[in-house]
Amino acid sequence: MWHSCARSRSAAGAQRESAALLHAARHAFALAWPPMLFGAALLYAWTQASARGWVDELILPPPGEILQQLSLGLSSGVLLPHLGVTLLQALLGFVIAVAAGIGVGAVIASSPLVERCFNPFLIAFEAMPKIAMAPLVIVWFGYGIWSKVVLAAVIAFFPILVSTILGLRASEPGRLDVLRALGASRAQEFRLVRLPGALPFIFSGINVAVVFVLLGSIVGEFVGAKQGLGTLILIANENLETARTFSILAILALLGMLLHFGVGALRQRLLFWAEPRTGSPPA
Amino acid sequence: MSTVLEAARPAIATPRAAPLIAVRELSKVYPTAKGERVQALSHIALDIAEGEFVSLVGPSGCGKTTVLRILAGLIGDYAGSVAVRGRAHCGPSREVGVVFQDANLMPWRTALANVLLPAEVLRLKGQEARAKELLAMVGLAGFERKLPGELSGGMRQRVAIARALLHDPALLLLDEPFGALDAMTRDTMNVELARIAAASRKTVFLITHSIAEAVFLSDRVLVMSPRPGRIVEEIAIDLPKPRGLDIIADRRFADTVVRIRRLLDGEGTAQLPSIAH
Ligand SMILES: Nc1ncnc2c1ncn2[C@@H]1O[C@H](COP(=O)(O)OP(=O)(O)OP(=O)(O)O)[C@@H](O)[C@H]1O
Ligand SMILES: [Mg+2]
Repeated sequence: MWHSCARSRSAAGAQRESAALLHAARHAFALAWPPMLFGAALLYAWTQASARGWVDELILPPPGEILQQLSLGLSSGVLLPHLGVTLLQALLGFVIAVAAGIGVGAVIASSPLVERCFNPFLIAFEAMPKIAMAPLVIVWFGYGIWSKVVLAAVIAFFPILVSTILGLRASEPGRLDVLRALGASRAQEFRLVRLPGALPFIFSGINVAVVFVLLGSIVGEFVGAKQGLGTLILIANENLETARTFSILAILALLGMLLHFGVGALRQRLLFWAEPRTGSPPA
Repeated sequence: MSTVLEAARPAIATPRAAPLIAVRELSKVYPTAKGERVQALSHIALDIAEGEFVSLVGPSGCGKTTVLRILAGLIGDYAGSVAVRGRAHCGPSREVGVVFQDANLMPWRTALANVLLPAEVLRLKGQEARAKELLAMVGLAGFERKLPGELSGGMRQRVAIARALLHDPALLLLDEPFGALDAMTRDTMNVELARIAAASRKTVFLITHSIAEAVFLSDRVLVMSPRPGRIVEEIAIDLPKPRGLDIIADRRFADTVVRIRRLLDGEGTAQLPSIAH
């Protein structure tokens, strides 16, 4: 009886799937046309404004010139190494922030006493704008990539830490009972119940962190660096090459979106079970 | 069902000299957030013999789950004594399998991986085949790879039952395990539970709201009073085992059910004469 039920579900599934695909495509188009139309209109207005001399080219260069700078930068091979440095700094900072945020979060959430000890300092440190530490971090770690990695990690650390503590605190007592009744160790409790249960929370922190690491990387480069897209922006700005600045900003926007999608893919892999589905909520 | 195994099992109505579990003068007070104290249990005594099937019935909120959690080693803060095989009870044991009132599955694990959880905690190797067998036994063959979110409430509860059996515990503690099941599946599960208990000579402590279920499965039924929970009656069920579902037609079955029903409904239950001891 159970077998046949499962089979008939998958048989009808194929047909339903193709219908669902068509539906999804229509849905995507319905979602996509307003921003596309809006973007096209904006681009047209921008081009016209530049062509008619309504805005100074130094303030807002025409889209064509930005595109030209972009292709020049990429084809000449000038941009790529700098992009690589900035991305590397951001990624290293991200990995460190995730590891440290979850690790420290686990320690802090391990006992109410520890949490009470840490709490006031965490609040103070969280309230401080971490960006203000940038000059200090450069003094500590020098002009190489590590000062940017550290700055990126410090900024991204807090959202992950806070969401980890929240997630671990929200552990379902019933699920913990199942493990405790088996005589599980605290390490097993953490690995088998607490951490996976906290993942939806942690990911909301990671979504913020992934934006912050790029921010930390660029600000670090502004304050003192030999390489990176941030240094390129400073140079372009000094030479009043506004179009170049814009082309680098465009690259940064793409980079940010890339990181965001990377996190989205990771989320899909790890949180497949927490995605909203039809039917009753998970037990 | 399995008559061969049944023959080897002595009929136990009352506990023998050394019970598996001996509870004396057990009281439990919960502190509440407002600083009040809730007396959940008051001076409970109970014995469970090895291989015995004991059910606990009582009104909602009378402290049944509290008793079970103490037996499972999940509550350490109580008054009185709980001894297992004559020794003072200290914490959880791998000899115990618990099915909680809620399924408490891990939503990130498939049904099969949920059943395998005890193997992971207790570091038992090569349990996949057994886990699949247990899933099939609870009527979930073919659902191994489903996530809890894709199962119905009753199916989840059956996964939880399979999970509690995986490490082959000697003592099963069941807290209304079939509450979420429809009547027919419940009957099937009852027969299955009776078969498992007899075949593997498990000791079973079952909390249930169904008097018929308690009478059908048990050697003894304990009846609890409303809060603070006390055990007001202990009824030996001396219907021959194994029992088939047709026992429902038996007069003695019906009489016993009615008797327990009266105990639960009626007031002043303590005055009713006890037959058990
Ligand atoms: N953690 C707790 N803190 C405070 N009070 C509690 C706690 N757990 C249970 N209680 C109280 O103790 C009493 C007994 O609870 P228990 O869960 O053992 O009842 P039960 O017999 O299992 O009820 P049901 O049949 O509804 O499951 C209840 O009045 C409940 O309010
Ligand atoms: Mg209960």
